[in-house]
Amino acid sequence: MKVAYYPGCAAKGATPELHQSTMKVVERIGLEVEELTAFNCCGAGVIGEADPDLAYTLNARTLAIAEGLHLDIMTVCGTCQGVLGGANHDLQSDNALRERINRRLKSTTGHSYNGTVTVKHLQWILVKDFGLDALKPFITHPLTDVSIAAFYGCYILRPDTSSQFDDWENPTSLEKLIKTIGAFPVEYDGRTKCCGFPVFLEKEDISVGLVEKRIGEAKACGSDAMVTPCPLCHMGLDFNQAKAEKLHQKREAGAQHKLQMPILHLPQLLGLAMGFSPEELGMKRHLVSTTPLIQKID
Amino acid sequence: MRVKITIQRFNPDKDVKSHPEDYFIEAGRETTVLLALLKIKSEIDGTLTFRSSCRAAICGSCLIQINGIQKLACQTSVFEELDHHGKLVIGPMANMPVIKDMVIKMDPFWDKIKKVRPYVVSQKGSEAVPSEGLKTIQKDLHNADACIMCGACLSACNSFEASPQFLGPAALAKAYRFQVDPRDESRAQRLDDLQGDDGIWDCVRCVYCVQVCPKDVAPMEQIIRLRRKSIESGLGNSIGARHITQFVSIVGENGHLNESRLPLMMLLGNISKLIQMIPLSVKMFFRGKAPMPFGDPQPGHKDVRSIFKGKNK
Repeated sequence: MKVAYYPGCAAKGATPELHQSTMKVVERIGLEVEELTAFNCCGAGVIGEADPDLAYTLNARTLAIAEGLHLDIMTVCGTCQGVLGGANHDLQSDNALRERINRRLKSTTGHSYNGTVTVKHLQWILVKDFGLDALKPFITHPLTDVSIAAFYGCYILRPDTSSQFDDWENPTSLEKLIKTIGAFPVEYDGRTKCCGFPVFLEKEDISVGLVEKRIGEAKACGSDAMVTPCPLCHMGLDFNQAKAEKLHQKREAGAQHKLQMPILHLPQLLGLAMGFSPEELGMKRHLVSTTPLIQKID
Repeated sequence: MRVKITIQRFNPDKDVKSHPEDYFIEAGRETTVLLALLKIKSEIDGTLTFRSSCRAAICGSCLIQINGIQKLACQTSVFEELDHHGKLVIGPMANMPVIKDMVIKMDPFWDKIKKVRPYVVSQKGSEAVPSEGLKTIQKDLHNADACIMCGACLSACNSFEASPQFLGPAALAKAYRFQVDPRDESRAQRLDDLQGDDGIWDCVRCVYCVQVCPKDVAPMEQIIRLRRKSIESGLGNSIGARHITQFVSIVGENGHLNESRLPLMMLLGNISKLIQMIPLSVKMFFRGKAPMPFGDPQPGHKDVRSIFKGKNK
């Protein structure tokens, strides 16, 4: 199986460990990837706020490049998946839109998109295409006795028109992967909700407040770590955790448990179960220490 | 078929907190959750308390939480929920004060609606109606006028969950509805009022409101239209507005987003916020997570620049 790998800005910027761990995992399982080195930003929904047609044209360019390679796209970012996948859905289902965007794309770049590409997150490729049974033989170091809270985030699930591979009301992909690596998937309400990262600078109260709620809930359910398919959620939950910790201690006066929640990218979690070292998966780059989790695994 | 329904019960006279109770009723393919609630109330427990009226998804009064999602009881099928989730668990709307069982206090919702002045402000009376009538504004409304005030969006809103002062999706969709009404004389003021704390820039874009709205009002899309309109109207100096304009500018130049440069550009001129960012920036730098703010453009950036400038190849 071969796919066009769209790393997205975060995996090549503020969360390089996501790219690093992705490459380890795909090489180990023999998933062939051709990296789209000349990719452009999907717009993260932000460019679409300013100019929807501009965002469509940028994403049509990415889709056209993959189409030229006769490959489907693999994303590793929930936000890229929602935005690029959402643009793809609209361009495939609305001929007038596709023609309008193609006119702009063709005249400015020479590219044109016919609507033949599928955009799939690594999470879905592993569960739906590669298959959990095929993944099992690579799980050489199962994470038994470890409880993991899945954190889906927003755009990989909503709007449901662009998320055709998971049920937005009750998604199961991450829990299936957690079970496959031998760990216990924690059930909690916050798993499909927002991490607050989009207002990281605009409104710290909301951003930190949501991090405290999500992690506090996962902690109360006995989680040793959280895993997310979205590097923006990772940043929100990891970068904001020190401030969330202070809020947590204030809210739960005399709280017995600190949050201290390692936030793992999906390929990092899988990589641990495949026997890669924390260094090989870039886990030293996290702001919140992953050491307690690693010690529990060892 | 006999089905089990779990209902979150709360009686302020005797309960400290809510608790689940199981009920078993005969239900068929045609049974809605509202019919199930009515059946339980009439046949099993008359004290079960909930709101309902039209039974036709028009009045919006029977909005509750069904298997964790905000839904109208009258248009939700018992069998479909059981097929979908393997269970039927019912509770009152989340993030709202509970009065009894399914009945919540709607005051937070109405207070927000009132704040956006949900009426046409005009001194002209009937003269304010444009000569071509009001049909022309229909396309600009983008369904923002279809709201039935059920409260689903506010209950599901993640920003509201963390910040009860946030105006929220329904009120902001209403604000948008009057922003495009040609009769209204206070549109500039209305837009200005939404710029501060608790206004349009507090939305985290979690898409929950779009997903749960039973009338496809898509409140988040209306909030985005208000944001776009704000920037186009010269209200581009808030951090939220700069998030958009600087993001566009960086991607337009480099082809990709530079996560070090974006906060710098967003907070330019806001010295105290910039200083607050220093500890995090230092940590990121030493962990190799802070790209150089003025680093190399992405390969392929020339294509991207052409797209932005609309320059023909």
